[in-house]
Amino acid sequence: MGFFDQPLTVSHYLVIGAVLFVMGVICMATKRNAIGVLMGIELVLNGANVNFVAFGSKYLRESSLGLDGQLIALFVIVLAAGEAAVALAIALNFYNNHATIDVDNADELKG
Amino acid sequence: MGATEYIHYMLGAAVLLPLLSFFLILIAGPKMGKAGVGAGYVAMVSIFGSAALSFAALFFMWLPAHREALEKHDPHLPPHDDHHSVVVRSQGSDEHSPDEHSPDEHSSDEHSDAVHEHEDDGHAGHGDSSHGVGDQSEAHGHADGHADDHGEPYQEKPNVFVSGVYYTLGKFGNLRLEISYYIDSLTVTMFCMVTLIASMIHLYATGYMHDELEDYTDHDVTLSDGSALTRPGRYSRFFQSLSLFCFSMLGLVLAGNIAMVFVFWELVGICSYFLIGFYIERKSASTAANKAFIVNRVGDFGMIIGLMALWGSLGTFAFGDAQQTTEISDLSLAAYEDQLDNGELPTELRTHLAQHDVVLPRHAAVVRQPEGTSWAISGFLSRDASAILSVEGDHVSVESHLPGIFSQVRPDGEHHPDGEGSAYDLVTPDGMVHSSIDGMIVDRVVADHSVMFTDVKMANQASASEIGSQTRQARAAGFGYWLLIVAGVGIFCGCVGKSAQFPLHVWLPDAMEGPTPVSALVHSATMVAAGVYLVGRFFPVFAPEVLLVIASAGCITLFMAATIAITATDIKRVLAYSTVSQLGYMMLALGIGGWIAGMMHLITHAFFKSLLFMCSGSVIHAVHTNEMPEMGGLWKKMPVTAFTMLIGCLAIAGISIPFVVGFSGYYSKDMILEQAASFMGHNHSMLGSVFFVAASGGAAITAFYMFRMWFLTFVGTPRNQHRYEHAHESPKAMYIPLVVISVFAVVVAWSERVELVIGAMVAIAISLFVFWKFRQPAEPGLDHENDHGSHGNLICLPLVLSVLVFVVGITWFSAGNENVVLSSLLRQARPDGALNAMEGKLVDLTWPAEPYAHDYKTPVTILATLTAWFGLGLATVMYALGWLSPSDVRKGFEPIYNFLLNKWWFDELYELIWIRPTHAISRVISACDKHGLDALVDGSARVTKWIANMWDSLVDRRLLDGSIGWVASVTYAIGLFLRRFQTGKLRHYVVFIVMGTIIVFVLVSLTRSLLAM
Repeated sequence: MGFFDQPLTVSHYLVIGAVLFVMGVICMATKRNAIGVLMGIELVLNGANVNFVAFGSKYLRESSLGLDGQLIALFVIVLAAGEAAVALAIALNFYNNHATIDVDNADELKG
Repeated sequence: MGATEYIHYMLGAAVLLPLLSFFLILIAGPKMGKAGVGAGYVAMVSIFGSAALSFAALFFMWLPAHREALEKHDPHLPPHDDHHSVVVRSQGSDEHSPDEHSPDEHSSDEHSDAVHEHEDDGHAGHGDSSHGVGDQSEAHGHADGHADDHGEPYQEKPNVFVSGVYYTLGKFGNLRLEISYYIDSLTVTMFCMVTLIASMIHLYATGYMHDELEDYTDHDVTLSDGSALTRPGRYSRFFQSLSLFCFSMLGLVLAGNIAMVFVFWELVGICSYFLIGFYIERKSASTAANKAFIVNRVGDFGMIIGLMALWGSLGTFAFGDAQQTTEISDLSLAAYEDQLDNGELPTELRTHLAQHDVVLPRHAAVVRQPEGTSWAISGFLSRDASAILSVEGDHVSVESHLPGIFSQVRPDGEHHPDGEGSAYDLVTPDGMVHSSIDGMIVDRVVADHSVMFTDVKMANQASASEIGSQTRQARAAGFGYWLLIVAGVGIFCGCVGKSAQFPLHVWLPDAMEGPTPVSALVHSATMVAAGVYLVGRFFPVFAPEVLLVIASAGCITLFMAATIAITATDIKRVLAYSTVSQLGYMMLALGIGGWIAGMMHLITHAFFKSLLFMCSGSVIHAVHTNEMPEMGGLWKKMPVTAFTMLIGCLAIAGISIPFVVGFSGYYSKDMILEQAASFMGHNHSMLGSVFFVAASGGAAITAFYMFRMWFLTFVGTPRNQHRYEHAHESPKAMYIPLVVISVFAVVVAWSERVELVIGAMVAIAISLFVFWKFRQPAEPGLDHENDHGSHGNLICLPLVLSVLVFVVGITWFSAGNENVVLSSLLRQARPDGALNAMEGKLVDLTWPAEPYAHDYKTPVTILATLTAWFGLGLATVMYALGWLSPSDVRKGFEPIYNFLLNKWWFDELYELIWIRPTHAISRVISACDKHGLDALVDGSARVTKWIANMWDSLVDRRLLDGSIGWVASVTYAIGLFLRRFQTGKLRHYVVFIVMGTIIVFVLVSLTRSLLAM
């Protein structure tokens, strides 16, 4: 029985999460636009969220209530919101200073 | 005794005042007034204070207490052939033939009784001495009513003295270093003399040194650019040194032990160094200061040997016996009583007593005293320290007796170590006898007997008698005598240096480089007097052989220096050689047994020589040269100086109306000549005649060179018109001291009322004459009225003063003080044994007692007068009247003249035998140093340096520095490498994070799989 014709298991969620994570990372690594980078971050966070939710599944642990993964996912969403707010503020300031949001220009801390 | 109880505080204060002034000037000198002018006043106030204290001590303390001990005349000695036996006993040996005359003997039994009484008096006297450990020891008491018994032909009085300790500096086993005092009438007399002369010289110096108040241009110092040196004045420094000098000299006189004398001795030496080198920029002055110091060191070397001989054998430095009472409250004798009664001294008790500074002999016998609970502890040698322990209520009182040097060498009849013998004869002390046979003999005898006898008392008795008889035999065989000679000659060596005796006389004439007040103080009255004073103080300790050395040195010195003085042209050098010569007289006198003659000459010489020096200073001040060929005819310009200097010359020449009255030098010099004649009469050897002929010939030469100097300076036509015109009489501060001292130079040795009366008449006559003579020009209409008028006043002042002195003197005499004269003061101070005749053990000579000199008075006085007048006459003929041209005489005696002009070639001789060889040896040693030692040191230094370099380059640079450098560079390289990853680009970082994560995962999984395998 192949991966695609078996019933949905945690592994499937994990694959989704991993795909989302890798996509986010690639997005972070390739996008020069700060907003794009932020989006990549959101993807990474959400990939992680999917993993949390998947690991919180009842199928994985019988004793679990099945809510702790979701709870942490909620934390992460709240965190992401805060993070987005701060990051957008940074982007705005960066734009004010450099008239661009190309992160490749933000290399003033290089060694 | 009550009056002398505080005399040591009085004299101690007199010593400390100049020290106080020294410190004041040292601290604040240059700030005192303008250019330090206040320093002179401070020094002067202090020395005047000292003088006042000294005279007060003499007149209000010493004389009231000891007047009855002053005897006006020496007692007449018995005829020579009356006594034969006693001298044999007194020398403790049998080899003297019984008919050798020996003037000292007297009934020794009677005498020891008398002394015994004195001892009792003495003990009763100091029982109530108030100052604890500082003891007041009147060892002999003073003569009780001896002045009355003229029926007795010859009665010796014990010396009267007060001695004790101010402060104990330290105790090192047996060695006690103390600040102590020994006061007898010699001390008091010296105090008065020194302070009086020093006061006058201080006053004089305020005038003489006023140049130093401003910047001083020293024309004798040429700088490299040809100009003369100009330096700030050193007025305060001068008075600072002068104060320290007075302190040292007074301390030396007061000192109660020879170690303290030595300390002050050196202080005097260093002060003379400061003062002689006062014009330190002049090469001659600094050389002279060095010379004085070094030559004195040579003498002091001998003195140290003498000190070691004394201390090593006698275990004490103190002059007089010390009586010391210690109260110990934390001691109970109850536990020791049995042992003490048994004659033992328990070790714990000994330790306990030692903690309380009670000096005990190493081996002691204990005897219970008949009265009360007390025990006497005594040693086995006759003059060991002893103590009496007694229980008084709740404490123990220890009365210890520490014999000094004098009483060991000159024991009174009671304490004679052999049990019998004349009082105060010279005895080799037990300590010296034992040092020279075998220091351990006492230990051995005591150890033997403690084994042989079970009873301690018997053992003690046996030890005492055994040690006593062994000591007696050894002493009779002459053991220890050489130590006495070593000690005496050693001490005298120091005196040779200080008193400028042959062969160490060379420093004194050079010392004239100092300012003239210094010459007056240092080189006439005080420093050079210190040597003579010490010989006088130590007189009892000198064995006949030592006295012979002293007399010979003195004789050579007096004749040599007198002859050199004939040709000297520097006015101060004439005086310097004259000083050396007079010091030779004193040494000669002391060396042939004339104690009073020597000391008297010391005092009188101090007065007239300081007077002469101050006069010469006054002349130099006026004409700005020392050379007599540049002077002449100054009589008219400076009458006071000329007059006072004439007095000085007459005094030193000993001019007199024989048997009636004379200047002070007449008395002292005649006494010396009488003693020399007496010595010659008692010894039928060449030596006695040599001494006498040299002394009387010296007297003629003295008169000659002194008047040569006076005539060359003051009489005749001026030889340098320029200098003559600028000459002037000195300021008041300078001529007042001249006047005061000149009065003393005349009268100090007088002892009869008739002399005072004649003196007063002469003084009144001269003053009337001067008044009459100088009143004439004072009338208007004469040009030079101011000049002569003021001089008239100048001369009147001394005369008025001297009339005053005579009036006071006559009143003082009339008030019943006929005995208070210099000679009787000195007679009272005559040390124990100075009246005992002595016979040499190694030389066949007799030292006659001083009173015998009276037998020669008449011929010697006539002879001395003739010689003095001969010298004076010859000088007059040659230099005043010009009947005999000095240059003709010079041509006639060309070789002798050159010999004398070059000072007997002494400097050249010393240059040849001491300085050149020393230089040669130094050169050799310095070559060894340079080529041997230095090469070695340099070589090792070079090797060390090479090793260090190698170490540096190999280990330090390459290994240590290299490794650290390598680490650093690697770190740097890593840093540089890692820096490249710090791009600052966000996207790179993301990639790095990802890659890093992947790598971590790969590594972890690899590790896991590897571990699993």
